[in-house]
Amino acid sequence: MQPNDLDRIARQIRLRDLQAVFEAGAGHIGGEMSAIDILTALYFRVLRIWPDQPKHPERDRFVLSKGHVALALYVTLAKRGFIPEEEVGTFLKPHSRLNGHPNCNKVPGVETNTGPLGHGLPVAVGMAKAAKLTGANYRTYVMTGDGEMQEGSNWEAIASAAQFGLDNLTLIIDHNRFQQGAALKDTNNLAPFPAKLEAFGWDVTEINGNAMDEIVPALEHRGERPHCIVAHTNKGHGISFMQDKVDWHHKVPNAEQFEIAVAELSEAL
Amino acid sequence: MKDVITSPKLHDCRDAFVAVLERLGADNPRIVAVCNDSVGSSKLGGFKSKWPERLVNVGIAEQNMVGVGAGLANGGLLPFVCGAACFMTGRSLEQIKADIAYSNANVKLIGISSGMAYGELGPTHHSIEDFAWTRVLPNLPVIAPCDSIETAAAVEWAAHYEGPVFLRLSRVGVPDLLPPDHKFELGKANLLRDGGDITLVANGTLTHRMLKAADILAEQGIEARVLNIATVRPIDVEAVVDAARETGAILTAEEHSTFGGLGSAIAELVVAEAPVPMKILGVPGIFAPTGSAEFLLDEFGMSPAAIAEAAVALIARKSSRA
Repeated sequence: MQPNDLDRIARQIRLRDLQAVFEAGAGHIGGEMSAIDILTALYFRVLRIWPDQPKHPERDRFVLSKGHVALALYVTLAKRGFIPEEEVGTFLKPHSRLNGHPNCNKVPGVETNTGPLGHGLPVAVGMAKAAKLTGANYRTYVMTGDGEMQEGSNWEAIASAAQFGLDNLTLIIDHNRFQQGAALKDTNNLAPFPAKLEAFGWDVTEINGNAMDEIVPALEHRGERPHCIVAHTNKGHGISFMQDKVDWHHKVPNAEQFEIAVAELSEAL
Repeated sequence: MKDVITSPKLHDCRDAFVAVLERLGADNPRIVAVCNDSVGSSKLGGFKSKWPERLVNVGIAEQNMVGVGAGLANGGLLPFVCGAACFMTGRSLEQIKADIAYSNANVKLIGISSGMAYGELGPTHHSIEDFAWTRVLPNLPVIAPCDSIETAAAVEWAAHYEGPVFLRLSRVGVPDLLPPDHKFELGKANLLRDGGDITLVANGTLTHRMLKAADILAEQGIEARVLNIATVRPIDVEAVVDAARETGAILTAEEHSTFGGLGSAIAELVVAEAPVPMKILGVPGIFAPTGSAEFLLDEFGMSPAAIAEAAVALIARKSSRA
């Protein structure tokens, strides 16, 4: 699938995500919009997956460590055929499989339960290490938030991935520059990331994480060391009034804002 | 049934653990060991020399250790994650909750040197909170074997059980108590001695002390039932309720805080199903003073003689109710 097609799918996923947040009255829309282009590239171009066999041993693994943007993953999984598209409408409803953070025992395509930050990368290191031990050819991808990199467990995992020589592991940092309460730089500024990862023995690629022609080649990078993609993204990408506004970490649009956002996303379709 | 005490020799249960792990590992290449620089204290040296590539040492990084364990299981391996129980549970509790229990990952968590095994090293190294922390987590059996026979049987069982397990081992020597052909059953108490006057319940390093206490009581004409309850969760409901109804009093002892452990698990059940006088022996909600493991167990009223005294006092409470 080519970048233009992927862009179209990403916009459809954004629109469905926006509708679901509006209907549920909750979500983490800012970080969902920043991550959706990368999720789209993964699920519609890069990952070797079989939606009808979600536990296929040779499947590529993707771990959404920033589990609070679960809705973006649900919409993507639905569009890719892992779950029925109409099920997205049950998001956050009583007894829905789709709660605020993804559950691997309920939702096909989810690999491990995330939600508390700093969990996905250690688990992804284990997945990649398992492939090394068993000779499996699958690759492991994990996405963290930039604020999430403040969790010390990530740096334990980063060190061990280099030690284990995990050239089959890709970490994507969704660097949208904002965390829940404030800008990253005003909280505990780990940026710039590249030199830190390189010092730990990783290959690093910096990209515009909302530009498909940069995302795809970065995800398809093959090297001899674990690979980190520092994806410069915009919180709320695609919806002008949300962009780079910390309030939109988990704010819900009102009816008027919803109409504007739908119009903007539809215009691009 | 005290003749089940077959040998006065003391065994380190870690030896039984690694013997079974290496035997199973020879037939099952999916078995891997994960540790936090704890090759020596987990006695994984033999495993490492046989299969160096299957020993995943993450260094001193317990959160990563548990997370990596979950990932290895996702990749089709059967990880035994080994580390000092105090650090594994305390440092990594959220990983145990989210990555292992909630994700239902097929990972065996082996908490080494639990309880007050590290004695003089002090409360930072004591693991007397781990029952409380782990037994509230769904999906996670919590098991503390009483001897090397039960340890070997529990490791064998865990390797064939599909799902997470927390197995709590000591490094303090204990005699063999169970018959050599013992098979481990999850959530099943072992009747080590029958009696109708009181029930003594223990696991781990306290079970053999309970048997000695029962000997002392027998000399006084008191017949104590002794139950070994290795599985703190799921608890053996039938054995506990029968004990309450048939003996009218339950005394528990454990190498753990008196808050939230084996005694608490039994009390939760007894109060709901068959209320009888109970006494919970353990570390009474304090940080322990300096001393060896054996010294501290005595210090906190868990010498066989002190356990027997506590049993007599409890039986008196039972009589005063009648």
